Amino acid sequence: MGTTGLPANITQGSRTKGGIGESTLRPDGTLKVTGEFAYSSDMWHEDMLWGHILRSTVAHADIVSIDTAEALATPGVYAVMTYDDLPTEVKNYGLEIQDTPVLAHGKVRHHGEPVAIVAADHPETARRAAAKIKVEYRELPVITDEASATAPDAILIHENRTDHHIGHVPHPNIVHRQPIVRGDVAEARERADFIVEGEYVFGMQDQAFLGPESGLAVPAEDGGVDLYIATQWLHSDLRQIAPVLGLPEDKVRMTLAGVGGAFGGREDLSMQIHACLLALRTGKPVKIVYNRFESFFGHVHRHPAKLHYEHGATRDGKLTHVKCRIVLDGGAYASASPAVVGNASSLGVGPYVVDDVDIEAIALYTNNPPCGAMRGFGAVQACFAYEAQMDKLADAVGMDRVEFRQRNAMSQGTLLPTGQVVDSPAPVAELLRRVKAMPLPPERQWESSEGADVRQLPGGLSNTTHGEGVVRGVGYAVGIKNVGFSEGFDDYSTARVRLEAVAGEPVVTVHTAMAEVGQGGVTVHAQIARTELGVTQVTIHPADTQVGSAGSTSASRQTYVTGGAVKNACELVREQVLEMGRRKFGTYHPAWATAELLLEGGKVVTDAGEALADLVDVLGDEAVELEREWRHRPTEPFDLRTGQGNGHVQYSFAAHRAVVEVDTELGLVKVIELACAQDVGKALNPLSVVGQIQGGTTQGLGVAVMEEIVVDPKTAKVKNPSFTDYLIPTILDTPTIPVDVLELADEHAPYGLRGIGEAPTLSSTPAVLAAIRNATGLELNRTPVRPEHLTGTA
Amino acid sequence: MRVNFTVNGRPQEADDVWEGESLLYVLRERLGLPGSKNACEQGECGSCTVRLDGVPVCSCLVAAGQVEGREVVTVEGLAEYAAQRSCGTGACEAGACGTESGGTSLDEARRWSAQGARGTDSQTGEGVELAPVQQAFIDAGAVQCGFCTPGLLVAADEMLERNPDPTDADIREALSGNLCRCTGYETIMDAVRLAAARQSEGA
Repeated sequence: MGTTGLPANITQGSRTKGGIGESTLRPDGTLKVTGEFAYSSDMWHEDMLWGHILRSTVAHADIVSIDTAEALATPGVYAVMTYDDLPTEVKNYGLEIQDTPVLAHGKVRHHGEPVAIVAADHPETARRAAAKIKVEYRELPVITDEASATAPDAILIHENRTDHHIGHVPHPNIVHRQPIVRGDVAEARERADFIVEGEYVFGMQDQAFLGPESGLAVPAEDGGVDLYIATQWLHSDLRQIAPVLGLPEDKVRMTLAGVGGAFGGREDLSMQIHACLLALRTGKPVKIVYNRFESFFGHVHRHPAKLHYEHGATRDGKLTHVKCRIVLDGGAYASASPAVVGNASSLGVGPYVVDDVDIEAIALYTNNPPCGAMRGFGAVQACFAYEAQMDKLADAVGMDRVEFRQRNAMSQGTLLPTGQVVDSPAPVAELLRRVKAMPLPPERQWESSEGADVRQLPGGLSNTTHGEGVVRGVGYAVGIKNVGFSEGFDDYSTARVRLEAVAGEPVVTVHTAMAEVGQGGVTVHAQIARTELGVTQVTIHPADTQVGSAGSTSASRQTYVTGGAVKNACELVREQVLEMGRRKFGTYHPAWATAELLLEGGKVVTDAGEALADLVDVLGDEAVELEREWRHRPTEPFDLRTGQGNGHVQYSFAAHRAVVEVDTELGLVKVIELACAQDVGKALNPLSVVGQIQGGTTQGLGVAVMEEIVVDPKTAKVKNPSFTDYLIPTILDTPTIPVDVLELADEHAPYGLRGIGEAPTLSSTPAVLAAIRNATGLELNRTPVRPEHLTGTA
Repeated sequence: MRVNFTVNGRPQEADDVWEGESLLYVLRERLGLPGSKNACEQGECGSCTVRLDGVPVCSCLVAAGQVEGREVVTVEGLAEYAAQRSCGTGACEAGACGTESGGTSLDEARRWSAQGARGTDSQTGEGVELAPVQQAFIDAGAVQCGFCTPGLLVAADEMLERNPDPTDADIREALSGNLCRCTGYETIMDAVRLAAARQSEGA
């Protein structure tokens, strides 16, 4: 399987085939390999129109006028809509703060902001008509960083803010500020024998999911609309869409179409409202599909950040204190910025024991592209910086870098900077031990009897070196990510489970609104149902808004929370079925009353394994169906002044070791191996678990050496909105990724599982950076690293 | 304009094609074959890869008019295409010539098959004939969101046709034009090694 270290008990699950713990294959696999799986961009409807969005060509400007006459007169065009055509008083949307205009009104705040929408009978007609819309802009100075955002005379990105953060931020161009203060840093500083400081820069990363934003809106006879859409959270979309359309939520019927990846980039709305508006206006189905260029403007990105850290340690290698300031650029609209600030600050010192901390994190409003959710969500930026600091400090103390981390590693019972106790296993030192213990890849693998295989060297087929000037380096990093929505959010999910006999076989149907975005939730939910109800045949109902909310496919939470909801609903169904059995057959066998009863292999069995009845006989013609909400332990907000509070639900830990080879003459990097050890609590599907870890690791690699949206600081315009200029790792850039999976149960979580999707994205980046530093001896305080940073030509 | 060409062995006629339309657009929007994917529409991601007269191309970069009278194979026709290849002269290619295994060993491949704990879910589309490379992608866990999968399958199948016994470096080179954002490529490597091993076993 290309993995090492899976413990022997990893496949232990229920005795019903295909239950938890098995590497059950995806239920949608066949459809996906035959091309029949219907993604949101594949939707088609007779008589359908194509929507297109006109976006601003400047980042910050007053809109003087918009003239749509020529566009509207174009043959084949059915509708052109601007702000003035919005049907209700609700003209903004947003995840937490409704500050994002559906269409620009009087002002644009970032490059690529939607200004007008067009529906036509061909996508090219719609595009050409949109190009005929005349928008006159009066440009304003652009705000692009902290200095310009908080200058005394700075233009306010959003005037008259009324959101609940405005009362505690030091400037209206700051979305949210979260300090976290514990202990006495001034006093602890006195105890430090070594102090290291660093200023770090994290570039703007894009989710770069491959399936572009797209969907189909079909107007219905009842005045409502049916929307087939790729998203991460149907009910969150619904809550934002319906008021803008002026429709009750039950008239906006949403069905999840196939989702081509997400990684946080589909938490915010993109074309949902636009397609519905055009469909309702024209009375025809409207499809909108972004191309890649538009996709770079159509979703939020990972916050770029500037991070200043001071770490201290005693001579014997114990951390004394951490002081840090994290400035996240949220861009023009709030999106998930407040929650990203919460994560960056509360996890700002990493998985270490340190009693004296002084942390401040802020997110800015600027005219840069809006930033929000991406895999790792605030914890990624902090990890990049604190892990660089840990290497620096280990060197200052004169201690091995891994040993220094292990000496300061948190464990169960450690207090976070927020004062919250980590009350489940936290095997940070063990993960570092495991990743270090893996065998190193052999040196000079590119050498063969026929000379150098350039494909395995930095520069690859560009044939830039045959090994001359190539130096190897090794680096380590470890990180901590919270699982689930934090800070007091009511983070629930809903599952509807039905058990019935069909053609003499027991069949389970699981219906949730969970967005399957590729992570394999559909696989795992079927496994849970098999384990809990002892039934092999499980159908996963398409996700839609006809069932209660599942919450977001974000924050590593769906296996935990919707998995927990499915487990809970199955348990309740089981109780009802057993009660039916007792009523029907109780008199025939005393075990019905006295024994612990289970459902296994389509039968009611005792815990001793004796079969009492077939499920189909218990069920007869009756179906047992119920829908229930399920919640994990509640959390609480962080205190706005001290940052104290039990804000998180669960934690996820991963460690990486990176091995790189650097062509020091040309500044080219080849990552040779990126080994990962991660605690997953319980691997419900080991194959999927390893796939998540390898995928997350690779996204971390991308932002280490190539991925960055480049924004011109003079104009705030995006310079590289394409896969030609924004590079993501190819199969040639990606090394082997051996994975060592540890399973230490979290007793608070279903089956002891941990959310796993994000943690590997944290430590991957700093491990690669550390390896490059190790190879080159350079300080390298920004990511991604480019050739010019390695050759001194930057 | 009207374009006549062969898709997956069947003659097709597309009417009212605008001169600027790509082969990808015609396949997806005019012929009801959305299997070829539209991830970048600028020739960078490989998700729209099809065979044009046997040669893998990005269908987003081929003008529809260029395919007049030519043969196209898409992911929808891949199973049939692979089946015909193994029935034809290619049948011995793998079995007889594949004496060395460059990637996954046969034992490893058998372990994969034994591991397949497939449910009987209604969505699986069980009973569908698949090309070996398609089955290997499922078995090895190489499919997550699946948006890159059709293009990768067409490219990987073409490589295995040319090079039934690829080394890891060969696989990486052949698939370097296909972006995947979910998997980190490790399971894709596993899948192609597995397909090669099964092919050389004659399975």
